[in-house]
Amino acid sequence: MSAMPPADPMTAPAPPRRRRGRSRVLASFLSSPLAIFAAILLVILVSGALLAPWIALTNPYDLATLDLMNSRLPPYWEDTGEWPFILGTDSQGGDVLSLILYGLRTSLAVGVLAVCVSVGLGTVLGLIAGYYGGLPGAIIMRAADVQFTFPAIILALLIGGVSKGVLSPSQQADFAIPLVVLALGISHWPHFARLVRGAVLVERSKDYVAAARLAGRGPGFIMLRQILPNVVNPIAVLATLDIAFAIMGEATLSFLGFGLPPTEPSLGTLIRTGYQYLFGGEWWLVLFPALALMLVVVAVNLFGDWLRDALNPGLR
Amino acid sequence: MAAFLAQRLGQAIIVLTVVSVLAFLLTTQIGDPVVSILGMQSTPEDRALLRERLGMDDPFFVRYLTYVGNLLRGEFGISYANQRPVADLIVARLPATLELAGVALFMSLALGLPIGIYAAINRGHWTSDAILTATVIGVSIPTFVIAILLIFAFSVTLGWLPSFGRGQVVEVGWWTTGLLTESGRRALLMPAAALAISQVALVARLVRAEMIEVLRTDYIRFARARGLRPRIINLSLALRNTLIPVITVSGIQLGFLFAFAVVAEAVFQWPGIGLLFLQALGSTDVPVIGAILLLTAAFFVAVNTVVDLLYAVVDPRLRAGAASGRALGGH
Repeated sequence: MSAMPPADPMTAPAPPRRRRGRSRVLASFLSSPLAIFAAILLVILVSGALLAPWIALTNPYDLATLDLMNSRLPPYWEDTGEWPFILGTDSQGGDVLSLILYGLRTSLAVGVLAVCVSVGLGTVLGLIAGYYGGLPGAIIMRAADVQFTFPAIILALLIGGVSKGVLSPSQQADFAIPLVVLALGISHWPHFARLVRGAVLVERSKDYVAAARLAGRGPGFIMLRQILPNVVNPIAVLATLDIAFAIMGEATLSFLGFGLPPTEPSLGTLIRTGYQYLFGGEWWLVLFPALALMLVVVAVNLFGDWLRDALNPGLR
Repeated sequence: MAAFLAQRLGQAIIVLTVVSVLAFLLTTQIGDPVVSILGMQSTPEDRALLRERLGMDDPFFVRYLTYVGNLLRGEFGISYANQRPVADLIVARLPATLELAGVALFMSLALGLPIGIYAAINRGHWTSDAILTATVIGVSIPTFVIAILLIFAFSVTLGWLPSFGRGQVVEVGWWTTGLLTESGRRALLMPAAALAISQVALVARLVRAEMIEVLRTDYIRFARARGLRPRIINLSLALRNTLIPVITVSGIQLGFLFAFAVVAEAVFQWPGIGLLFLQALGSTDVPVIGAILLLTAAFFVAVNTVVDLLYAVVDPRLRAGAASGRALGGH
């Protein structure tokens, strides 16, 4: 905020309003049991994922930690279950809870990175389309329209599937994570471009932009330093909810075999490999990863819903 | 109205043109049709002959026009994997997907509408809040996880329903239907439910939000002030105006059901377009991928256009405002 020109009359009342806004958001958080529940759940899941290398019993990337003596154990509370494998083990003796923690790590990383790609692409293109309009704006928004005619998951599948056909198997293994991140990120940029463009169109005609323009500020400065801070709230809400989409998208792609390979355990690949054992009675290999996936998506969605209501940027 | 129609058709043509260019690039830039038709052992002379016969040495633009001309005559090329015309493959698979998506759409509206209406009328009551939270969970479970949970419960544990396939189908002309046999209906139940569950949650959320908006309007408040019974206000006055956006919703739903059918079809090995798409992706069968891409785009554009037209018919304000009404896609 301090970078704004002091001559701008709109900056003067901003600091007190902002402080009041923050305490209002905090109060709304403390009065919403669902938001608190979602936040606690998120903290547990994220810290579990981050701490996986230190708290997990077995490491799926390191075969030396696996012991075949412990393979195919059911969860702890079943008759033949054994401590400390609370959620049971897979056919190689890998602890299911450890697998889930490592998988969560990959899923969260892919989800957040994919949303970064969507936000980056969408924000830049939306700013350009909204600020300049004209031919570049028309091309960008028509491209968004065309992409809206495809469901995002079909587009992500297409990118994942076609790139698998083009790349060699060793390249596929090397680029598995970046490819999934790009496929999911590209499939969702139009949402952000539309949001940013709409907000820019509203902000562009306001006095403070005109004042900055008269003060000789260039379009780059006005877009990034003046308009962008005013559209950050709706972007943050959409990005939060989009993380849920990206995590589900990664899981769906990996489950269908067009996402991450089994050597890169994510929640989706765990469910894919576990599903083969479902009919053999080893239900814990698929149901617990599925439950973890549901928990993380529910937590992100509940938190995003609350954030939207609290910031109230006129989204639905 | 005519201007509105013309504008929508113009947009539809632009979208389909762009997608056809993409599909054309896909089919020409990836893989070599000559090798996939003749096999790896073919001689260079045979390959050159086939290249000439297929017109592959023509200029780019000429080949694109030939491609579009073929598309318009319903010729989508030959599948690399099956060596059969793509159009035949799609026609054979279409009934399975349409039945699946249609039944799922019916389920999602039949459950989602009443749930949404109930949650709107009883806004603030704990049951309404509970429904809202349940719908968040409903939209948070990916389709393939719902499918797996259903299989675990009804196939593995209880053994009531089949976990894959379409059951026994009956041929009615070129259309194969599973709706007429007992095993076909049983096989359809779980895939359709897996598709419908997250859509039920979406429909309920949208109907609730729309109806709450309608219940806030002046004419509803006047109706209350006149002392009309709540039942009449809610179900006769408010619901009628809520149904307008529901038309849009169900249109968009149908599109998404078509898309998520890919996932449900994969889990249940349902022999529809979605499974064909995945198999084509797995073997880089680009003629099939391109054709399904075009078909999906055409389907979405058609649904969006019909929805917008219905909208203009139902809502007089849009007719007056002509083309400036709504953005493409509706959300």
